[in-house]
Amino acid sequence: MSHATPFPVSPALHAPHGSVAARATDLSKVYGQGETRVAALDSVSVEFRRAEFTAIMGPSGSGKSTLMHCMAGLDSVSSGSTRIGDVELASLGDRQLTRLRRDKVGFIFQAFNLLPTLTALENITLPMDIAGRKADRAWLDQIVTTLGLSGRLAHRPSQLSGGQQQRVAVARALASRPEIIFADEPTGNLDSRSGAELLGFLHGSVRALEQTVVMVTHDPVAASYADRVIFLADGRIVDELREPTADAVLDRMKRFDAKGRTS
Amino acid sequence: MFRTALRNLLAHKARLMMTALAVLLGTAFVSGTLVFSDSVGSAYRDKTAKNLDDVAVSVTGFGRPGTGPGGDRRVLDDRMVATVRALPGVTSVRPSVGGVATVADKNNDPAGSEWGSSAANYVPGKGGKDSRYPLLKGRGPTAAGEIALDVKTAGKTGAKVGDTVRLAVDGPVMTKKLVGIVETDDPRVSAGGSLALFDTPTAQKLFGKPGEFSELVVSATPGTDQEALTRKVRDVLPKDGFQAQSGKKLAAEQSKLIDEQTSSIRNTFLVFAGISLFVGIFIIANTFTMLIAQRSREIALLRAVGASRRQVVRSVMIEAGLLGLVASAVGFVLGLGIATGLWSVLNSSGASLPEGPLVVEPNAALSALAVGVLVTVLAAWLPSRKAAKIAPVEALSAVDQAPTTRSLVVRNSIGAVLTALGVAVMLYVTTLRDSGGLTAAMTGSALTLAGVIVLAPLLSRPFVNLFGRLAVRVSGVSGKLATQNALRNPRRTAATASALMIGLTLITGLTVAAVSANQGVDKMGAQDLTADYKVTSNSYLGLSPDVAKKLAEQPGVAASVPVRMVGFQSKDVPAGLRATDLSKISKVTDLKITGGSLTEVRGTTTVAVAAGYAKKNGLAVGSALPMEFYDGKKAAPRVVAVYADNDVLAEVLAAPALVDPHLDKVRDDEVLIKAAPGKASSLPAKIKETLGGNPIIKVQSQDDLRRSEAGSIDDILYLMYGLLGMAVVIAVIGVVNTLAMSVFERTREIGMLRAIGLARTGIKQMVRLESVMISMFGAVLGVGVGIFLAWSGGHLLRSSFPQYEMVVPWARIGLFLLLALVVGVLAAVWPARRAAKLNMLESIGAQ
Repeated sequence: MSHATPFPVSPALHAPHGSVAARATDLSKVYGQGETRVAALDSVSVEFRRAEFTAIMGPSGSGKSTLMHCMAGLDSVSSGSTRIGDVELASLGDRQLTRLRRDKVGFIFQAFNLLPTLTALENITLPMDIAGRKADRAWLDQIVTTLGLSGRLAHRPSQLSGGQQQRVAVARALASRPEIIFADEPTGNLDSRSGAELLGFLHGSVRALEQTVVMVTHDPVAASYADRVIFLADGRIVDELREPTADAVLDRMKRFDAKGRTS
Repeated sequence: MFRTALRNLLAHKARLMMTALAVLLGTAFVSGTLVFSDSVGSAYRDKTAKNLDDVAVSVTGFGRPGTGPGGDRRVLDDRMVATVRALPGVTSVRPSVGGVATVADKNNDPAGSEWGSSAANYVPGKGGKDSRYPLLKGRGPTAAGEIALDVKTAGKTGAKVGDTVRLAVDGPVMTKKLVGIVETDDPRVSAGGSLALFDTPTAQKLFGKPGEFSELVVSATPGTDQEALTRKVRDVLPKDGFQAQSGKKLAAEQSKLIDEQTSSIRNTFLVFAGISLFVGIFIIANTFTMLIAQRSREIALLRAVGASRRQVVRSVMIEAGLLGLVASAVGFVLGLGIATGLWSVLNSSGASLPEGPLVVEPNAALSALAVGVLVTVLAAWLPSRKAAKIAPVEALSAVDQAPTTRSLVVRNSIGAVLTALGVAVMLYVTTLRDSGGLTAAMTGSALTLAGVIVLAPLLSRPFVNLFGRLAVRVSGVSGKLATQNALRNPRRTAATASALMIGLTLITGLTVAAVSANQGVDKMGAQDLTADYKVTSNSYLGLSPDVAKKLAEQPGVAASVPVRMVGFQSKDVPAGLRATDLSKISKVTDLKITGGSLTEVRGTTTVAVAAGYAKKNGLAVGSALPMEFYDGKKAAPRVVAVYADNDVLAEVLAAPALVDPHLDKVRDDEVLIKAAPGKASSLPAKIKETLGGNPIIKVQSQDDLRRSEAGSIDDILYLMYGLLGMAVVIAVIGVVNTLAMSVFERTREIGMLRAIGLARTGIKQMVRLESVMISMFGAVLGVGVGIFLAWSGGHLLRSSFPQYEMVVPWARIGLFLLLALVVGVLAAVWPARRAAKLNMLESIGAQ
């Protein structure tokens, strides 16, 4: 499956291809104690390369969201190491972690990405407002134009469709040129058309803007937009697929399901 | 639906806590007031009843010696005692002599309160003891040089049996030997007064004439019909000039009096409790509005599975009712604490309430509960209507619906009309010249306040925007988010701010009025009086003329001017006359003669009149002033001088010779002292010393005079502050409540903000700034409306209080605003901490 790249190619903004944007080493996340002890993540080691679009897949409870939360500095880890760029997250306090998220990480959630009180533009520049920085006007224009939001910037979220809202969220994630963007089921609440559009934009941002995107999803079609799919089950990485197609992803999924059932 | 209501109540315990607290405090105020007034009433009644225990009939003579027409003296004497004593059923007749005696405490100040310094005769019965005053120590007084005191007063003098006690009746200081210490149930004494007992001849000499009594207290054999006995007593007494009343009737009368007094206290307090509850309504309504908005999907589901609109409404009402019931039950218990606290607070500020147990009438408990439940249900009624409007289909919509902001057009129109009406009425009030416009002023104030409350959502926008600009400058994005949050739901912001506004309107209005009145009093006190000191008596009997003479002889005294205040009627209109030493009067007051000559005022045939009085009554130099004194005698002196209106001198100025014949006893009401140059500061001590450290002598400087007036206004103002404090506390709880509920409502937003990089401090700052905006909005509205109402309402005072001029105490107003700021910050502490502590991941996923 090939996807159109709506973004114009811009000069490289980050370190060259192949360097690691985020990395987890022997990452474990344990909830509860004793009898109720549940390992959501069990010694996971994974790397996300720059300018690569990675999809994390797995059945419910496989730990895919936990992995993303831990790597994004939203959740603490039980053991192991998580890094964004060269920064070890475990060494950071809440204040530094917050700053890291603000400056180095972009987020797109399944729903409720936007503050209802702010206009689309204000939502997009919010991370920079928080940092007290001025937005790069030219960059912003580029993103907004590409995402087709030019006419909507003064609207409030309630005046936008679900697809438009998520596109605003993408614009926000891109606006501060983060090291890495984490997207948690970004198409979960969208119809298939809006979903495809959004995934196209994400894909394009990786291709043309050399962004690094990590997306959690359970939708094989969504995963097929990625360069690489990582499969999680019971807190472990069980497989990986490069240049996936929806059919290939579905195929693998079925295999795990079958394995999960027979084992 | 009852179960749903109960479950909802339990599920939202934490969220309803602040609302419950608001109801709780309101009902605590109500029940505290009710229990307090019941208890004080019962304590007073107890005291009186005990006091009247052995009184079957009381006989008093109202013709006071020497005041009857033609010297017709109706007095109670030994002959009458014997007559009454001879009646069947009478076991004893206690002839008593009552009066006023001021006992000196350790500092030569009065040991008892001004109006409670009572004196009586000790009447030894069988065994030489007076059963009315049981002896604790020593014996009863039997000679002129002896005295017995009640135990409290004895303690204040520090004297023991055998020591000497200093006291004064209306003249110089007397010293008596303390021979006994007694107990008494006299309510005046337990209310802070003092009691001095003398043997009968001494008491008669001091307070009346030898052989005369002021009251006969008749005791009867148990079972005697008091009314029948009273009739018999009346039969044996001369027809006129005496009054006989049964003990029961006296008790009933006193009880009625007590009821009137306690009910006036109670009603005043209930007004303030009502204000607190009214403020609480805003919080309750806000809470239920928010709860229903948060629960709209649940409610839609209920509707989808078949609940009717009515059932939904009922469920909300039941929830409110249960909340009100629980809160007011706890509030009632707290009210008992308030009642006890009030007692000691009032006593420590000099109210001298009798001691007694707390009396909890079932009525007080029931009213507190009823009020609490009613207010809560009433406040939840409008929000419950909104709940009914939720369509079943809303349960099915997956997408979060943006809260539809209902138009404020209707509300704004109503608000504008109310405010305009209120302002119009108040402007009309400013044209009124007398206090008859009180009803209009009250109506206008209520309308204005209501109008501004209704308009508050509209007004909140420009205010929050303006304040928001400042907030953005101070704290960037947190300020911006706070501004947006405050603007998001104008009704909620307005309702929260209105609660605070009500308290601040009243506080500001009262403060402006009180400060203005104080200023007026200040002017009044300073006006006309040029004397350095005013010497008066603590007892209302006045000063002996010796006092002025003695003080005149003192070195350092430039002038000692006695003033006798005498009332008279001219053509049935009462007026005031001052009789004084006319040769010296201009040394102690700023006297301006506008016509005639003051030196011609002398003897009994001439007077001077104030210009205003002269004009009103068509008097001029040369005309005659017809006067009727209160002893019934008439005079028509000639006006020989007219002086500019003068506060010290009242309407008419005359020589003592004109009024002395009409007085019971010749007494000066005040002596005005002008000090010799440079001697002013040392005079008060000297004056006291000269007069023998007399406890009845009060020496006040000009500052003291001003302060005593101003002081009483300030006391009332501080009491009002205290009473309005509860309303403010409830309003602050309302701010906490709104913020906490908003934080809950915006959980996901806060989680998202944290995820994209807003630090905890930023979240806290956001909540704090919203809180400050709401508080400041309420405060600014309150201060504005308060000043307007004080300005317009103040015009009513101008006729009776010409010195009144509005003064806005900007410093104090500034302090109020500063306090509102602090309150805003404090109210945000808990919600802000909660917001900052929210778990990011759970928040983002929260529904």
